[in-house]
Amino acid sequence: MRIAIASGKGGTGKTTVAVALARVMDSCVLVDCDVEAPNAHLFLSPEVSHTQEAFVMIPVVDDDKCTGCGECSRVCQFNALAVLNKSVLVFEELCHGCGGCVIACEPKAITEGGRLIGTMQWGKANGMDFFDAKLRIGEPMSPPLIKGLKRQADLAEAENMILDCPPGTTCPMVEAVSGADYCILVTEPTPFGLHDLNMAAQAVRDMGIPSGVILNRAGMGDNCIQEYCRANGMTILMEIPHRREIAEGYAVGKDILRSMPELEDEFKNMIKTINEGLNNG
Amino acid sequence: MLICISSQGADLSSQVDPRFGRAAQFIVVDTETGEAKAVDNKQNLQAAQGAGIQAAQTVANTGAKAVVTGHCGPKAFTTLNAAGIAVFTGSNGTVAQALEDFKAGKLEKASGADVEGHW
Repeated sequence: MRIAIASGKGGTGKTTVAVALARVMDSCVLVDCDVEAPNAHLFLSPEVSHTQEAFVMIPVVDDDKCTGCGECSRVCQFNALAVLNKSVLVFEELCHGCGGCVIACEPKAITEGGRLIGTMQWGKANGMDFFDAKLRIGEPMSPPLIKGLKRQADLAEAENMILDCPPGTTCPMVEAVSGADYCILVTEPTPFGLHDLNMAAQAVRDMGIPSGVILNRAGMGDNCIQEYCRANGMTILMEIPHRREIAEGYAVGKDILRSMPELEDEFKNMIKTINEGLNNG
Repeated sequence: MLICISSQGADLSSQVDPRFGRAAQFIVVDTETGEAKAVDNKQNLQAAQGAGIQAAQTVANTGAKAVVTGHCGPKAFTTLNAAGIAVFTGSNGTVAQALEDFKAGKLEKASGADVEGHW
C-alpha cells in the first residue's frame, strides 16, 4: 500500500504522521518528498548508504546543424527557447526537461544535456528504508527531483510506502501525491488549517485518490474541521491532541510514538481501517 | 527604420505600456514614412513564464531595430540584444509622444535590464 501524507497548510504535522506510520507498518519505505525542506531525517537519523545527483534534461544546440527554423521555440510550452538570427538562445532555468524540442528539431541539431537540480540519498533507519533529497539552492523546479526520488524508492520493492509530501497544492504536492493508493490530509483546527484542507481535499479528489483527515492539535481552535468533514462526507481518521509533551519531544528530535506511546495502537488501527476501506471500496 | 513601442492600445494615441513582455500590444512604426501598425501580444499576457522572451521574438519578427518601452527585464533584454535590437526604457505618456521623443533623440539607450524578472 502506498500512502501519501499531505496537508495544504505547512506545519500541520505531516512529517510527524509520516514517521509514526512508517514505524508501525511492516516492510515500509519512507520517502521524504519535501525536497525543498526535508526534515524527516531529523527523527530517524538514517545511515546513508547511497547518494546520487539528479539532473533534468536541457537542450544543447549544435549551431552548425541548426537551420534557424524556430520549430523548437514554437513547441516549447515554457518559453525556454528563443530563435533569432539563426541562433538559438536557451534559458535553462525555464526548461522543464520535457524533450519536446529534441523531437521537433528536424535537422537534429538538439541533443540532450543535463542540469543539476539536486541530490538524492538513501539508506536504512532502524531497519526501515529511508529516502530523501535536497533541491539545489536557487533551483526553482522541484517536481523532476521528487519524481526521480520516487522512482529510486520504487527499486527498494517494499510492500508499503509512505510519501511525506511538500505543503501546498501546486506541482510539487501533486507530483508527490500522484500514484498513491490513499492520501492522508493532516490539518489543524484553525481558519488556515481549514482553508488549506479544503484546497488539498479538492486537489486529491481531482486526482481520483481516496483521502481521509487527521486532525492534529485537536482541542485548540474550534470545531471547524469536524463541521467541514461532516458537511463534505470526509472521514476524520484520527485526532492527535494538542499536548506540550509532543512539542517538547519534537524539539529534540523525538518522534511522536516516543512522546506519546499510547498513540501506537491508534496509528495501527487507522492503517487497518484504511486498508479495509480500500479493499472493500 | 522600424521601431516598436509597447502600448496599452492599438493606435498612436494609446498610452505606452510600462511592461515590455506583458504589454497589451506593440505599435510598429516606420520612422521615415510614419506608417504604423499594431501587433497583438495577447498570447503572452497569460504566459506562466518567459513572456519577455516570446515578446522579444515577436518584436524581432516585425523587423524592428529598436524597442521603446517603460521597463525591460533581464531575459527580454538578453533576447532583444541577441536579435540586435536596441532597447530604450523609461518611456511613458502616449505612443505618439514616445515616438517624437525617440526621433528627437531624447531617449537613452539601455545597456541592460532595468528591472528584475516578474517585477
